[in-house]
Amino acid sequence: MTATLSTSAGATTRAPAPPPARRRRRRWNRVSVFGLVFVLPAALYIVIFQLIPVLYGFVLSFTKYSPLSRKGPEAVGLDNYAGLLSNPDFGNALLVTGRYVLQVLPLTVVIALALALLVNRPFRGVGFFRSALYVPHIVSLTAVSLIWLWMYSQSGLFNEILNTIGLPDQAWLLEPDSALNAASAMRIWKALGSNMVLLLAGLQSIPKELYEAARVDGAGRWNAFRFVTIPGLKPMLVYVVAMDIIYLAQGFAEIYVLTKGGPLGSTTTVNYLIYTQAFQYNQLGTASAMAFVLFAFIIGFSFLTMRSLMGRQK
Amino acid sequence: MTTSLVKPARRRRAPGSSRIGSTVLLVVLSVLVLIPFLWMISLAFTPENDAFGSVSLIPANPTFENFGTAFIDVELGRALVNSAIVALVTVATNCAFAVLAGYAFAMMRFPGSNALFYILISTAAIPVSVTLIPLFLMARGIPLAGGNDILGHGGSGLLDTLAGVVLPYIVMPLNIFLARQFFSTAPTELAEAARMDGAGEFRIFARVYLPLAKPLIAVIAIFSFTGVWDDFLWPLVVTSSPETQTVQLALARFLASGNVQYGPVMAGAVIATLPVLIVFLFNQRSFISGLADGSVKG
Repeated sequence: MTATLSTSAGATTRAPAPPPARRRRRRWNRVSVFGLVFVLPAALYIVIFQLIPVLYGFVLSFTKYSPLSRKGPEAVGLDNYAGLLSNPDFGNALLVTGRYVLQVLPLTVVIALALALLVNRPFRGVGFFRSALYVPHIVSLTAVSLIWLWMYSQSGLFNEILNTIGLPDQAWLLEPDSALNAASAMRIWKALGSNMVLLLAGLQSIPKELYEAARVDGAGRWNAFRFVTIPGLKPMLVYVVAMDIIYLAQGFAEIYVLTKGGPLGSTTTVNYLIYTQAFQYNQLGTASAMAFVLFAFIIGFSFLTMRSLMGRQK
Repeated sequence: MTTSLVKPARRRRAPGSSRIGSTVLLVVLSVLVLIPFLWMISLAFTPENDAFGSVSLIPANPTFENFGTAFIDVELGRALVNSAIVALVTVATNCAFAVLAGYAFAMMRFPGSNALFYILISTAAIPVSVTLIPLFLMARGIPLAGGNDILGHGGSGLLDTLAGVVLPYIVMPLNIFLARQFFSTAPTELAEAARMDGAGEFRIFARVYLPLAKPLIAVIAIFSFTGVWDDFLWPLVVTSSPETQTVQLALARFLASGNVQYGPVMAGAVIATLPVLIVFLFNQRSFISGLADGSVKG
């Protein structure tokens, strides 16, 4: 009786011809059909709103298209990509993005690792320190950028500190030489918390016995760190570095709030340039081509970094 | 051999002094990390005239005026309601669809399910800028919405609507991943027993496994909530009027005036931060372990 109940329920959800499919492949049992039904809403959504947009964007990158025009996208072949080669703004944006990633990434990972080591041992109040150091990660990039905008402003915190010790004001965000460094300092501070928590989880997954074994073998702290901690932490380290590259290479909100890409394009990241190209100058084709070049750089750079981090294991 | 004799002596000096040293270091670092927030809170209560040139963290003449200004100047109230609606829809759809999919991927394998799983998860690595423009055009071209005809032409579609803001968040791939991780450690005997008793598949999911999945639901709800609450670029692109803008955009609108009033800005930032901070304080454990679980395994 119960069996008929469930088969009839199955038949109503997938009406057309259930028996042949079941006979043809034994792997398709009733449960697996339901599995597909359970997965379908999420899968369809991701295909429609994630995968199709990637393909659509790729097609757009070979077209000229303004969202204001009545006409649809016009095919222009490789023109957009060829145009990027000779576009000084795009070259500049690539350099800015690269510099941003390269000056934020190492510092944020190394400092986060030091913090993770500091809060790894159980002691009174460790929970407070972990939470306090994690706070910058919780507060949105927009709010955080506004706070730093004030700190960098003419009579903000940093200049007050400089004045107190007798130094002149700095135009932190207004000078092409210092604006990107100022943004990087903020981003290093912002990224520490989440990196620390991830590395802390990595540290805690290293079996304690390994440290005991190392001590028995006469390893000091440094050697234990080098031969137990670092190898044990490697998978997490690789993950942290890869995620940081992906996020940092897409810097936008902090740039929008702090500098609007200026002064003189010194903080115009690729993502910021894409935004202005697409939504201020209405050049969707060019902007799409830029997005795919950035995509290629992100994939390439994270792949190389991961390989070099993994490779040293041997 | 010699090192094993030398090292313990060197270590002896360490424990006591290094513990105090590292605690002092942690106090200093935590203060340094928290200073910007302390200033944010302080400035939120500082009258506009005192905002600059004061080096004191505690405002001399504390006031609530900035909060009022924030609500009037950038319509923060409206923005909070918008963000709350967007966040609630996102949390609900992710808890429903992502959990269901993750459960099926873990418990009800079908031919090709692993391949499908990895395809879906890999979309999490696609940069936002790659899908930004296509999603904008798709939002504009949704058929029969915002004055569009059946082919999606003529009107503005979902542009400048809350439905448009929600569009990219309905199912986040990372949540499917978290759900599959969670259910792959759940016992399968319960499902088999329930099947023997004749329970339908949805019933087994809803009555047997869903009640076990409260920690998972909590983590997914928290991640979806904070992710959507903090997002900036997509709402910036898809909305154009204050009636549909989210909290983060309302904050950024302070900048448009040219002469930025930092008191109201900080008051706005405090308010925009509060929901996420509350969620965090009540769920520190899920936050921190969830972050770790989602990345270590798999």
